[in-house]
Amino acid sequence: MIHFFIPQPASFDLPPPISSEAPQIDWIYNLIYYVSVFFTVVITGLMLYWVHKYKRKKGDKRVETPHYPRLEIVWTVIPIIFVAFLFHIGFKAYLGQTMASQDALEIRVRGQKWQWWFTYPNGREAPNELYLPVGKQVKFVISAVDVLHSFYVPGARTKKDAVPGMYTTMVMTPTSLGDTPVYCAEYCGAPREGNPEPAYAGAPHGGHSAMMAMIHVVSQAEFDKRMTEGPSKPEGLTDAQWGAQLYKSNACVTCHSTDGTKGTGPSWKGIFGKPVELNAGLSGGTGSATVDESYVQESIRVPAAKVVAGFAPVMPPYSEQALSEKQIDAIIAYMKTLE
Amino acid sequence: MAAITTDSHGHAGQGDPNANYLNNKKGVMSWLITLDHKRIGVMYLVTVLAFFLFGGIMALLVRAELFSPGRTLMDPDTYNRIFTIHGVVMVFLFIIPAIPAALGNFVLPIMLGAKDVAFPRLNLASYYLFVAGACFALFSLIDGGVDTGWTFYTPYSTTTNGAVVWMVFGAFIAGFSSILTGLNFIVTIHKLRAPGQTWSRLPLFLWAIYATSILQVLATPVLAITLLLLILERTMGIGIFDPHKGGDPVLFQHFFWFYSHPAVYIMILPGMGIVNELIATFTHRKIMGYRAVFISSLALALFSFLVWAHHMFTSGNSEYANMVFSALTFLVAIPSGVKVFNWTGTLWRASIWTASPMLYGLAFLFQFCIGGLTGLFLATLATDIHLHDTYFVVAHFHYVMVGSTVFAFIGGLHYWWPKITGKLYDEATAKRAFWVTFVGYNGVFLPQFVLGSRGMPRRYYDYLPQFETLHRVSTVFSWVLAVGLFWMAFMFIQSLRNGKKAPRNPWNSAGFEWGSPNPPPLENFPSQPTFNRGPYDYHLATDAEIAED
Amino acid sequence: MSTVTQAARDEHDEHAEHGHGDHPKWLQHHWDTPAQQFDAAKLGMWTFLGQELLFFSGLFVAYAIFRTWYGEAFAAGSHELDRTMGATNTCVLLFSSLTAALAVRSSQLGKKNETTTWIVLTILCAFGFLAIKYMEYHVKFEHGLLPGNENFGIARDMLTFQPLTGQPAHHAKELAASLPPHTHDFFSLYFVMTGLHAIHVIVGIGIWVWILRRNLRGDFSKRYFTPVDVSALYWHLVDLIWIYLFPLLYLIDYVPHGHKG
Repeated sequence: MIHFFIPQPASFDLPPPISSEAPQIDWIYNLIYYVSVFFTVVITGLMLYWVHKYKRKKGDKRVETPHYPRLEIVWTVIPIIFVAFLFHIGFKAYLGQTMASQDALEIRVRGQKWQWWFTYPNGREAPNELYLPVGKQVKFVISAVDVLHSFYVPGARTKKDAVPGMYTTMVMTPTSLGDTPVYCAEYCGAPREGNPEPAYAGAPHGGHSAMMAMIHVVSQAEFDKRMTEGPSKPEGLTDAQWGAQLYKSNACVTCHSTDGTKGTGPSWKGIFGKPVELNAGLSGGTGSATVDESYVQESIRVPAAKVVAGFAPVMPPYSEQALSEKQIDAIIAYMKTLE
Repeated sequence: MAAITTDSHGHAGQGDPNANYLNNKKGVMSWLITLDHKRIGVMYLVTVLAFFLFGGIMALLVRAELFSPGRTLMDPDTYNRIFTIHGVVMVFLFIIPAIPAALGNFVLPIMLGAKDVAFPRLNLASYYLFVAGACFALFSLIDGGVDTGWTFYTPYSTTTNGAVVWMVFGAFIAGFSSILTGLNFIVTIHKLRAPGQTWSRLPLFLWAIYATSILQVLATPVLAITLLLLILERTMGIGIFDPHKGGDPVLFQHFFWFYSHPAVYIMILPGMGIVNELIATFTHRKIMGYRAVFISSLALALFSFLVWAHHMFTSGNSEYANMVFSALTFLVAIPSGVKVFNWTGTLWRASIWTASPMLYGLAFLFQFCIGGLTGLFLATLATDIHLHDTYFVVAHFHYVMVGSTVFAFIGGLHYWWPKITGKLYDEATAKRAFWVTFVGYNGVFLPQFVLGSRGMPRRYYDYLPQFETLHRVSTVFSWVLAVGLFWMAFMFIQSLRNGKKAPRNPWNSAGFEWGSPNPPPLENFPSQPTFNRGPYDYHLATDAEIAED
Repeated sequence: MSTVTQAARDEHDEHAEHGHGDHPKWLQHHWDTPAQQFDAAKLGMWTFLGQELLFFSGLFVAYAIFRTWYGEAFAAGSHELDRTMGATNTCVLLFSSLTAALAVRSSQLGKKNETTTWIVLTILCAFGFLAIKYMEYHVKFEHGLLPGNENFGIARDMLTFQPLTGQPAHHAKELAASLPPHTHDFFSLYFVMTGLHAIHVIVGIGIWVWILRRNLRGDFSKRYFTPVDVSALYWHLVDLIWIYLFPLLYLIDYVPHGHKG
């Protein structure tokens, strides 16, 4: 019956709800919305009407303002009752997003400037894109590497800050198949110079605003397939072409340019096979290295081992779960083409 | 029954009827070392208006960048520095001092029938502390700028490069200006009320200033220690907030908001105080529920200390803590609602004059409804989790800080302009500028509620194409708002240059401050007044008192 | 709730019949009576002390939180402090509060020379406090017990102390290694809390020197001693804060030398 009077939220102010918790939150949103509109219209309406009706005229008497103690009590008590109700329903719905059941799917989330890393229960890692099976409750265990970030899924009406040095948790149960975006909602800066490409293709630019990820809600079967399947070269691509794809999908593009521009990391243009000076303080004392297959492999697995001079040691490590040996080979093949 | 009776002892021989505080002593030095609260108020007024202009230009730049997705005018790093300085200047250098230190300083002693504030030298020192703090904060612009946002969250603020220390130190110094002003006002209200002015005859503007001053004295020191710890963390590596040094970043948020939540009541309470004066004068009625209104001011001051963590519902606090703070936040909504009902009720069967100051007062009523009610979305845990750190919050706080407080400030500026300058401004222009400002203002911020609900996070340099239309609307209206404000500024400048001489009581008010000439003499009244009635007792005020001359 | 002394009350009566032409020099133009001015000054100073309490409160809260989390580190850090010096400083400050109160009393009685004596003693005590503090800090620096950067990573359990000289003293490294993790947090708070307090002591010295000068100049009398009174109020707060700092910092889990368990 109530739903008859409350139009679908998605058509106006709120994004389409994609989780089982969202509709309840939308109901509360709509309740507050209509109560607020009602009060604003009543107060403003009375104000405009009385300003017009009681316009000052010559001969207006100056009188005492009448006193209505019972009215004052009524307009204090009724709002108290309303906000108590609002508190109650708000708190209940909120708890639904914080309490995880024992068999929830646990996803580790790591935020760092300016990308999100996801780790599945089987250890597989991936940046910027997350696959979830529809209808299963997910418990996100969230932390940050460097500064504060916030993991925000508008479609599920939920967010939680990613705090360095501690874990926070967030619960949601996706119910709609399809893609739903994730935004960073806690300011975390931007690149110092220029306006480089975001880690996730199609995201806005600008560091904090570029820190977007995409959740793909898929069927349980498809999810299981993705978890067990090894990452393999797509049909018809050469190693170097596959490497070019991986360069983008694994966020190398955020820090390493291909045209010579210096970014957070060294440009890949012409770098393969070249000797480079290393940051001695960070590289166990060795002064230089050649960028060969071993160097690239090591720099992907353990980036802090040999850092090129003039760059900070901020690259995240890519384990076997994030990039397989074959994928690293493909990336190396791609690097070789960047004269 | 006259409000103001005077004693037989003349004060300081004000023989010349044209002698007032403006022509009392001449020359720049007489202003720079003045102890006269009125001159200090004027200096504050000029200074805060300059910062309002600067902060406003920063806002226009921010909105201009957001006109379209992608790079419009500047790089992301520059954008971050611009929105940071916009926030710091507007919060610390404009809105917190504006009503209390500029208008309050001028009007408070006069409303009390006093010759000055309790500690005039401390008052001047407060002004110079404010200027010193501003200098440090603005120096940071030259020294590389700051890109942390005005909230300085750690560990970003403890690790980012840039002139964070200068800016934070500037806010630290300016904080002491705020504390000492509050201290001065508390003692003044306690000790310098004229004979006959009991607490229940205190103008509601002064009740508001009193509540604000208590907040300034008790809350600002906590900001001071927080900023000091931030500076020590950056300069000496003392790890209170940075987890990489053994500290806790959420602790910073608790410390910061313990001040900054009461701070927003430091911003709104004086605005509400002005609205009381405007509504009373322009309805010729005592505010309905006078007692409820001043009690609610004190209640707001008290409760404001209990709700700080509602800024932190997503920070990782326990559900239990979040529940407590959500409940307390709803409690804070009640006194505000009571005031709105009382103001509206005062209009019923009144005698209403929609002069330009009253237009700003009425706009306050409308915009405070929106600002306050959108606070309900944020007090409710379920909806706050979705709306936190989105444009919804940006719209909410601009509705209470700008749509309410700044509109009240501008209304007060119009209202007391004749008293401060002794001149009138052009009423027709004032009304036209009001409408442009009103339309412009609402056009900027109403769309932002929708942007936030749809998921647009705040402090974003760039956005997805689906958000473009609303951003564009908001930006275009920011130009309308700018036109309205500049038009108003030119109107005031014209008034200074060749405005008509103001009569003693241009608004036919029964307020005590209108019992003295415009501009007031050095010691505010020709002789010591005694108050035999309340400031809103229109039924007791004589026709002579209410008349223009 | 009048805090006015009889002397000031007498003054009020004297003045009631005079016009405003003979305001004494020390009665500011916007006050009607000395009593009013005195009451206002006291209210102002009490309000100021209230905000000082709030200023320090942030540090006490941080202390409470970190001590709850890292109790062992706090106990270990506390043991590194010299309890004798701390206790001496406590006595010095308590004594200086006495001399300050006596200065107010003698000033109320119009005894200029006695007031001078008490003020000078207060100043000497304050310098004594600072001297002992300096010695304590010096020892800390020598031992490398300074706030410094922590290594992150496995992180919060690894400490680096950075001695002043740049050359790690032999015993400083060993000392650092022997202390529990997070002792560094104790010392951060120790230096900030006692340092901020010391700054307030220095400001207090400045205030007393100024009061001394005014006293020698003959500004004070039975009718007007307000500045001495409110300065002493400030000084009492400075003392009070130290009285909290001493046990919280120096006496954690104190076990006297030579006792077992």
